[in-house]
Amino acid sequence: MFLLHCPHCGETRDEEEFSNAGEAYIPRPLQPEAVDDATWGDYVFMRRNTKGWFWEQWQHTAACRKVFAVKRNTATYEIAGTWTLAEGKALFLADMAKEQTK
Amino acid sequence: MSGSRVLQAGTRIDSTRTVNFSFDGRDYTGHPGDTLASALLAHGVRRMARSFKYGRPRGIIGAGAEEPNALVQLGTGALTTPNVKATQAELYEGLSARSTSGWPSLDFDLKSVLGQGSRFMPAGFYSKTFKWPQKLWPLYETVIRKFAGFGDAPAEPDPEDYDHLHHHVDVLVVGGGACGLLAALQAGRAGLKTLLLDEQNELGGWLLSDPNAQIDGRSSEAYIRSVQAALAEMPHVTVLVRTTAFGMYEQNLVQAVELLQDHIAPGQRQAHLPRHRMHKIRAHQVVLATGAIERPLVFGNNDLPGVMTVSAGQTFLHRYGVRVGQRVVICGTSDLIHDCAESLAKAGAQVTVADVRHSAVARNGSYTVMAGHCIAEATGGGEVKGVKLVPLHPTRDETTGAGSFLACDVVLSSGGLSPTVHLFCHDGSRPQWDESLAAFVAPHTGRKGVACAGSVTGAFELADALAQTTQAMQQVLAACGKTDTLPVPSCPQPRRLQPRPMFRLPDGKAEGAGAKAFVDYQNDVSAADIELAVRENYHSIEHVKRYTALGFGTDQGKLSNVNGFVITARALKRPVSEVGTTTYRPAYTPVSLGALAGTMSGELFDPNRYGAIHASHVARGAALEPVGQWQRPWYFAKPGEDLHAAVARECLAARNGVAVMDASTLGKIQIDGPDAREFLNRIYANAWTQLAVGKCRYGLMLDENGMVMDDGVTACIEQNQFYMTTTTGGAARVLNWLERWHQTEWPELKVWMTSVTDHWSTIALVGPKSRAVLAKLCADIDLSPDSFKFMDWRAGTVHGLPVRVFRISFSGELSYELNVESGYGRALWEAVMAAGAEFDITPYGTETMHVLRAEKGFIIVGQDTDGSMSPMDLDMAWAVGLKKPFSFLGKRSLSRSDTAREGRKQLVGLLPEDPASVLVEGAQIMESATVGAQNQMLGHVTSSYHSAFLGRSIAMAVVAGGLQRKEQTLYVHAHGKVTPAKVGSSVFVDLKGDRQNV
Repeated sequence: MFLLHCPHCGETRDEEEFSNAGEAYIPRPLQPEAVDDATWGDYVFMRRNTKGWFWEQWQHTAACRKVFAVKRNTATYEIAGTWTLAEGKALFLADMAKEQTK
Repeated sequence: MSGSRVLQAGTRIDSTRTVNFSFDGRDYTGHPGDTLASALLAHGVRRMARSFKYGRPRGIIGAGAEEPNALVQLGTGALTTPNVKATQAELYEGLSARSTSGWPSLDFDLKSVLGQGSRFMPAGFYSKTFKWPQKLWPLYETVIRKFAGFGDAPAEPDPEDYDHLHHHVDVLVVGGGACGLLAALQAGRAGLKTLLLDEQNELGGWLLSDPNAQIDGRSSEAYIRSVQAALAEMPHVTVLVRTTAFGMYEQNLVQAVELLQDHIAPGQRQAHLPRHRMHKIRAHQVVLATGAIERPLVFGNNDLPGVMTVSAGQTFLHRYGVRVGQRVVICGTSDLIHDCAESLAKAGAQVTVADVRHSAVARNGSYTVMAGHCIAEATGGGEVKGVKLVPLHPTRDETTGAGSFLACDVVLSSGGLSPTVHLFCHDGSRPQWDESLAAFVAPHTGRKGVACAGSVTGAFELADALAQTTQAMQQVLAACGKTDTLPVPSCPQPRRLQPRPMFRLPDGKAEGAGAKAFVDYQNDVSAADIELAVRENYHSIEHVKRYTALGFGTDQGKLSNVNGFVITARALKRPVSEVGTTTYRPAYTPVSLGALAGTMSGELFDPNRYGAIHASHVARGAALEPVGQWQRPWYFAKPGEDLHAAVARECLAARNGVAVMDASTLGKIQIDGPDAREFLNRIYANAWTQLAVGKCRYGLMLDENGMVMDDGVTACIEQNQFYMTTTTGGAARVLNWLERWHQTEWPELKVWMTSVTDHWSTIALVGPKSRAVLAKLCADIDLSPDSFKFMDWRAGTVHGLPVRVFRISFSGELSYELNVESGYGRALWEAVMAAGAEFDITPYGTETMHVLRAEKGFIIVGQDTDGSMSPMDLDMAWAVGLKKPFSFLGKRSLSRSDTAREGRKQLVGLLPEDPASVLVEGAQIMESATVGAQNQMLGHVTSSYHSAFLGRSIAMAVVAGGLQRKEQTLYVHAHGKVTPAKVGSSVFVDLKGDRQNV
């Protein structure tokens, strides 16, 4: 059971207080009717399922009920950090850019 | 006679007092401070078990948690505990224990007769043999289980209490031996909040078995006492004994179990204290001072009772005053064996040491040394009577001669020390093999947040261990912001002869040709079995483990694993460091389920939620049903009624007169904000733009795959405020869902959501006479049908209370749902019951609610749906607002090729041909009455009831292409019975929906 620092409460709490809300920063197509079934299916069903550093969302359901971003290593459970959704997005995009250039 | 009690200074028993106990029906005496093992050994009792597969006699090998053989059933009745290690069972007055293997008895085990054919029962024997015929598997299982031994689980409920305690500390020190004591002292003196744990009944660890150790000029006992006293004076230091840290988890969470009362006779235990306590510890720094466990050597017949480890010999002597034998043979690879030889000789034993090192010599004349020799095999029937000693090649693991026989009554062996690395490796990492130490060690630098201190790092000599501990603690203190310099305790450094690492002792024969040499005692795994596994091409150490069962038992390979890993490496002709270890997992030693549950058992297992009106229902004799965590009235039986009679009466009252139900548990979410309406349009399938203040609408909620995930009526309270209801079980999930979509996808929408489930009590007043009852209680709402229409809501005063009245219906009858602040719920309920008395008002529960809605074809999400039904599948296209400008959640998926295809399962009604036959929910539906290879399952029955109003059975079902099958007869299969039923509308009562409009 790991600890998460809630960026809204400013407190570090046990995993028990939070609920996992899946992979972070998945953009919903702004014009769903304009994409084909395959693209829409990717959005609904396909996930990165990364072994290693992964951006996910957690919600502080037992307290402030805010959703925030966590960068966690799914293999070692190391947590690189937690951020508000807004703050984390820039870091997430930078990580994705690095991945593209690999 | 082998073991006996001797006069020994400095033991931990109280020889002035006697304790009576029994084992396998015989009475014995021991002393306070004894374990069951030490007390039995003192009486020369050695045979404790029969092995798992071969039924070979087994005895005590170790002195602590590493013991693989001496498992006993402790106590009787509700307090009986299986598989307690006799070496860990503290003796108390009246203790009663029995062996758990050997059938029909320990002395004569039928299985041992089979064991004579052990040549035919190597590793893999069970999985290769007991395969055919399949129908005999249950019999095989019963017989094999009986033969396998292991104790009995209690057959009565556990009468004892357990609890949990949480700690947040700066430093957790696991292990209270010399290094753990030092670490705790250093942490405590630096002012750090410290917790020290030890699994034994007192602090000291190996020092308790090594009285001659010297630390800072003090003997073992004096050192332990002085540190203990110093720790006791520091209020920020807590010491727990009989407490085993059994698992280490993320971010320095350690769980430990404290056995508070197992050492106390049941009649003397304190009722206000728990039996076991689980400690959940979050530490800024963890110090693992978990020590090392000695490995025995592997040689022929090394499993005979009377063959033990050297450290066991030392421990039984120095801690318990038990000399394990009179004519002792010790065989080993390091100077540890000479410490033991000296001690036993001083205690009056005749000792011969077979030292595998050619340059070894006796320290004094009290015992004999045969240098460059080892044991080829032990001999004896039932217990050890002698050994065959053979000369060794100086560098190769080979014999150089025929050897000689030596009679003895006990054999002690030592292959070296195996650091107890388990907690360090619970994160999935593996220990490193140190070739020079011949040991898998934890790193002396630990890792971030975790320090390793003492022999767990391979610092086996006390002086080295204390120095290394001090260095590690320096880092721990630094990590806690403390800069104190720590002095290293002084400790003599005796001169030691280099060890000669050996594992499987040679007997001059090919592996498997000589006497069986055991690696894992608990699972009867021999060295030959390991070589067999390698020959059968199992090359990963994890495969070797599973194939042979090496390390599987309750001892988890504490004595056997490292020997097994090395023998595997040699068979594979690969370095040990490459072969590695198997995975270390919690728990280090067994933990009772009670300790894990703590107080969360019985009534406290799961929270029970009760509505504000609950006491009224109990007073009226309602049977209750759990819905999620809520306790809801299920039905209200009158004297003499069963469920069916009560439900029939309740249903008729709801349709013909007036009935009332407590609907308070349904989820309620208040949605506020200028963008509330837009938000509803995005998360619901239907349209909300035109819903006026004072109006209600049934809302259908879809997931992004277009499948129905929840439903409920939502009302417009004010222009910018809506009151949403959800299913009882879906309330929390829906709130999470709404918040997540708002915060991650549409944060620009000005909308707020608040859970108000607990704030309102909801009383559903149902039936043709419901208006009349409400009129008696409410004067300020115009209840006439033209004014207060179906799907309107009004605020008013009912029974003097401010109430929102929703004219909505889940039964299809005229119905008013009264919403009042929950504190007034009970008062309003009783007022409704009183006002309805003249109309014979009938309270009803969830069962009747289910029947009434099914008669109207209303779905229950989670019963008639399973996450794979779209609104079209449910014949509810009317609830989908395809023209809404925003592509609401689930909309795009409705046009996915799979969601829009022909032949999907669709919701229909079923009327069994026999009106008295009630279909089984979940029953499979087919076109054929007979079951054959080509039959296709078309779907299943989702809801099924007897309808008292119709006087016949009804059912709802999902059937492939169901909406195209109206009037077709299909066959419903369940429990071997076949029932024909006709497909039709799922609305069985009042097809036009007139009754709710009166």
